[in-house]
Amino acid sequence: MGEVIVITSGKGGVGKTTTTANISTGLASMGKKVVMIDTDIGLRNLDVVMGLENRIVYDLVDAIQGNCRLKQALIKDKRFENLSLLPAAQTKDKTAVQPEQMKELCQKLKEEFDYVIVDCPAGIELGFKNATAGADKAIVVTTPEVSAVRDADRIIGLLEAAELRNPTLIVNRLRPSMVKKGDMMDINDMIDILAIELLGVVPEDELIVVSTNKGEPAVLDMHSWAGQAYRNISKRITGEEVPLISLDADSGLVSKIKKFFGFQA
Amino acid sequence: MDLFSKIMGRQGPSSKNIAKERLRLVLVHDRASISPQILDALKEDMLNVIANYMEIDRRGTEITLNSDEDSVALIASIPVLKMNRSSQNSQRSARY
Repeated sequence: MGEVIVITSGKGGVGKTTTTANISTGLASMGKKVVMIDTDIGLRNLDVVMGLENRIVYDLVDAIQGNCRLKQALIKDKRFENLSLLPAAQTKDKTAVQPEQMKELCQKLKEEFDYVIVDCPAGIELGFKNATAGADKAIVVTTPEVSAVRDADRIIGLLEAAELRNPTLIVNRLRPSMVKKGDMMDINDMIDILAIELLGVVPEDELIVVSTNKGEPAVLDMHSWAGQAYRNISKRITGEEVPLISLDADSGLVSKIKKFFGFQA
Repeated sequence: MDLFSKIMGRQGPSSKNIAKERLRLVLVHDRASISPQILDALKEDMLNVIANYMEIDRRGTEITLNSDEDSVALIASIPVLKMNRSSQNSQRSARY
């Protein structure tokens, strides 16, 4: 029996879909059988991030309403045959899916897959309730900004109300150089405020833009710093203990000058 | 903030600390918006404890969460009808 993990955040644009794509691909590259579900009906995006947008025939709503068999709606990944995507419907009504149906769907999928990774839409309405309905665990994604952390706090409260206790946190788009200058909240600040366990930290990385342009998850790019962070997070999900990557940004000119003058960097 | 930054002309608290303080305040308010059911349950529990020590007017009791600009307070107004001296003794004797 597999495990259903929902990736959520409250606020939009913090990297839920990127995180879903990278974690799922990371787990698949470790040989796990993985399926991703995009639950953002009307605003689907996981398909383009994965580079699978041209292969969609059926979608989540088709599978739930019985317009096709569940197997027919699952799109096989190009890179890993043990990775599949169940895309969201783009043109159907948001209310086409209800939490009870999602629960049933997740139940079916986890009989066959090691991991069912659910990409949750932004917001706290029906889409959120659908995405969390069948989940065993939750991962909350935030960025080091007041607005994103505030929404994460609200989401953690709602997850607990939905009996999804002990969610873990991914801090995305951290800029170590700004943290060092005191112009960005650091990991401990956010852990203190939100009082949840840290699953991983993903540094800001231009290669994420490049990989999204190409439809190839950064987790497969051995030169990408963010990709390394996602590889570590994937390993932690399987229970492996991996230390946090060192986020020392000591390559800048200023820190070189500081070192030259003997200041503590 | 270290010396180098000061020489470079950076003044005042770092923006990270401003962010933390603003976040702390906004979350106090966000988290204070608890549901009426929870507030009712809290009221019931509080009154039961207080009733061990004094006779109170349950109907005249008011419990609210008051948010100020920079703080949130639980405010309870509980009319006392009679102080119950004997219950203190009985509580104590029950404990020993």
